[in-house]
Formats: sequence, C-alpha cells, structure tokens
Amino acid sequence: MVDIQNLYKRFGGNQVLEGVDLTIKSSGIFAVLGPNGSGKTTLIKSILGMVTPDKGTISVLGENIKGNSAYRHKIDYLPQIANFPTNLKVKELIKMIKDLRGNTNEDERLIELFKLAPFLDKKLGNLSGGTKQKVNIVLTFMFDSPLIILDEPTTGLDPISLIRLKDLIQTEKAKGKTILITSHIMSFVEEISDEIVFILEGKIYFKGPVSELKTKTNQPNFEQAIASILIDNHA
Amino acid sequence: MLKILKYSFYDLIRSRWSYVYFCFYLLLGAVLLFLNNDLSKAVITLMNVIIVLVPLIGTIFGVMYYYNSKEFTELLLAQPLKRSSIFLGQYLGVAISLSMSLLLGLGIPFIAYGVFKSAAIWDFSLLLITGTFLTLIFTALAFIIALSNENKIKGFGYAILLWLFLAIIYDGLFLMSLILFENYPLDKLSLVGTMLNPIDLSRILILLKLDISALLGYTGAIFKKFFGTDFGLIISLSVLVIWVLLPILQIIKIAKKKDF
Repeated sequence: MVDIQNLYKRFGGNQVLEGVDLTIKSSGIFAVLGPNGSGKTTLIKSILGMVTPDKGTISVLGENIKGNSAYRHKIDYLPQIANFPTNLKVKELIKMIKDLRGNTNEDERLIELFKLAPFLDKKLGNLSGGTKQKVNIVLTFMFDSPLIILDEPTTGLDPISLIRLKDLIQTEKAKGKTILITSHIMSFVEEISDEIVFILEGKIYFKGPVSELKTKTNQPNFEQAIASILIDNHA
Repeated sequence: MLKILKYSFYDLIRSRWSYVYFCFYLLLGAVLLFLNNDLSKAVITLMNVIIVLVPLIGTIFGVMYYYNSKEFTELLLAQPLKRSSIFLGQYLGVAISLSMSLLLGLGIPFIAYGVFKSAAIWDFSLLLITGTFLTLIFTALAFIIALSNENKIKGFGYAILLWLFLAIIYDGLFLMSLILFENYPLDKLSLVGTMLNPIDLSRILILLKLDISALLGYTGAIFKKFFGTDFGLIISLSVLVIWVLLPILQIIKIAKKKDF
C-alpha cells in the first residue's frame, strides 16, 4: 500500500523527519501518533505530495509519487482544518469536488447519515466548526479509494456524529481499505486502530498493535503506555 | 486547469469587490465623458488613472485572493490535480475577472457615448489593451510574492512596496539618472529604462499614440521615432507579453517546489 524509505525533511533550521522507514502492506486502521511537532502531519503531507521530501522515496500502491499527481485518485484525504471558500454553498462545494475527481452517488447517503440536508443551501462561511467538519467528512468518504488518510477526524464532532464516524471507518475497513489516522484522543485511537505507528523526534519509534505497545512499556493501559514513552525519552 | 479557473472566476465575480471595482470604472468613465465631452481628452485622463490604479488593484487583489484561499488550495492539492494547473487556474481566475471589470466598466460608457464612430477608437482600444496587460502582469507578480511569503503581513508589505517602486519611485530614480548624466547621450538608456518598467512602457505607448509627444521635448522626439513606428509598437507589445510570461513561469517554478 504505502512504502516509505529513508525519508528526510527539514523546515528551515528544524529537522522534522530524520530517516523515516515505514511499510504498510496490509489493509486495516493505522494510527499515526506522536507528541506535538514530532512530524505526524509532515509525514502525512509527504504521502500526499503536499510536502516535497529532501531525501528518500515514497511509493503509494507501487507507484513512486515524485512528480506524479494521478496517484491521488487512489487517496481520500481529510484535512485538519476545514476552511472552505466562504462564498460557496455546501452543495456547490460537493458538486465542485465531484467535478474535479469524478462522479459518485455516495454523497447522498453520507448527507443523510450526518443530517446535512438543511445546510446544503447555506454558505460555507456561515457554518459552525462541527458542521464544517461533517461536510469535510462527506467530501472525504464519498469516493471509493483504497487508501484513506484522516488528519484529526474527530475535531468538533458531537457524540452522535462521532459514533457515526467510527461506524463509517469500520465499514471502509471491512471493504479491505487501508486507513491512516492521526488523533490526539487516545481513547478513540485505542478503540479504533489495529496498529500504532509512533513517531518520535523524526523517526518511527514503534510500530505494532496496541497490546504489543503495552507489553513493551510494561503499562496496563494504553494512555499510560504512550505517556511512559514520552517520559522516558524527554525526562 | 480550466476547471480551477472556472471556479475561481465564479467565486470572484460573486464577490462584492469585483462589483465595486466594476462600478468604479463605470462611474469614472461616465463622469469623465460627461465632464470633458471629448473622447480624446477622456482617454488621456483615464490613462493617468489606469496606469496607477490597475497595478495597485492587481497586486492587492492577487495577494488577498491567494491568502484568503490558502486552506482551500490545500484541499485542492490533495486532489489528483497538477500543482501548475491549480495555481495557474487561480491566477487566471483573478486576472480575468479583474480585466473583465475594467473592460466592461470602461467599455459600456464609451460605447454608449459612441466611441465606435469616433477617431479615438484606436486610442481607446490601446488603453484597454495596456490596462489588461497591466492587470495580467501585476496579478502574476502578486502571486509570486504571496507564494514566496507565508506571512500575510509581509506579503502585503512587499506587494505595496513593489507597486510603489514601479509606479512612483522608479520614475524618480529614472529622472535623477537622466539629470545626473545629462552630459552623456541618453537616448538608449532612456529607451531601455522605459522597457524595464511595464507601467512606464504602457504610459509611453499611450502618450505616443495620442500624438502629444511634443510635450516630452527632445526625449519625446526620440521615443516618437522609436515607439511611433509599427516596429516600435510590436517591440513594446512583445516586451509586455514577456512581462506577463516571465512571472507566470516563475509562479509555476515556485509552486512546484513549495511545501504546504
């Protein structure tokens, strides 16, 4: 699915990624974790081609992504902050993204699922943060791509929408897709993910299932396992 | 690219500022014609306004549009689109909607006044052509500045400085150099100096077309000799085209390397 080798990226004087090697072969849900500024978003943006690495190669579904844009047809991406053009209406934005990526009818089901019908004729500038995030989710999940990348998908969602989102993610997983998620909400991560990819100081510190992380750190619960890694490495 | 262009264009023509800009020209054109009652004089006055105002609006709008649509651009970057098509689409969307405001805003009152039947039609067309060129040039320069500066305030600052330099300071330096080196032959220098600044080039082009180069004295005579011919006109228009193309290539170059 995704193969990253020896990835380096520096922003000014700040070395963000220092030789990341990551191979994701199977389908499933992978949570990318790490402290603030550890390079999670940079890693994800590198996979999307939004950040150009200084060194290293990335291939997605066997295709080297350098200088390539067509491979993004196979990725659905949910960006962290959903700031859309304020002049557009919700349905116009959905139509536009369909126009750019290809047609789909999945959006109707998702609009129904997240109860967005009353907002379709509203301008995006007038929506609340949570509603914008729901629009964002519809835009991401309406295409049927083998790789899904979600950057902080839970931001601003109410409990019901959160449950719906989790169901949605599980359904996509059942279809045999690979899903990459970043989140700061540990309970969400523990509940949903099959494997953890823990980034620390620009490198992959740990990759494996949650249970393995618990044994490795000798901690009974997930949140403390994560905390103990951070304390051991920063104390 | 055309899809991005289409959406940027629609987004902009629905924005309030495009209408303000359009109405401003509409009003300006109508008032000038009403006050002057003379097409040629109205063209001269308009030239003075356009030469300064069009670059200013082009730079400000370009920078503003880029920063305002930044998050949206990021959404587009994650779609299967080429970077060059995203940024060229947005650039052309801004430049074309601004040019439309200019062309329609001035075109409507002049056509209503009967510019087609008058001798000033060529001067007026040249005015609109150079106005469009200036919009294309300065919007492109604005995109370069915005793409190179993450910081909005810095971006706006540089954009204003660029406009100030090319619209005002450049002329001052140019004049000072002419006075300083008045003992030397300056015809070539002044010709080159004019070519290097799209605002000056547009101004000279229109002035010479209007046959008031006598006002410019000896230099005017040289300019007349050069720009007044078809050859001079072709060269100047080519220089304006280069002024559009170089920044566009630069936009593509920066966009390819940039991290978002």
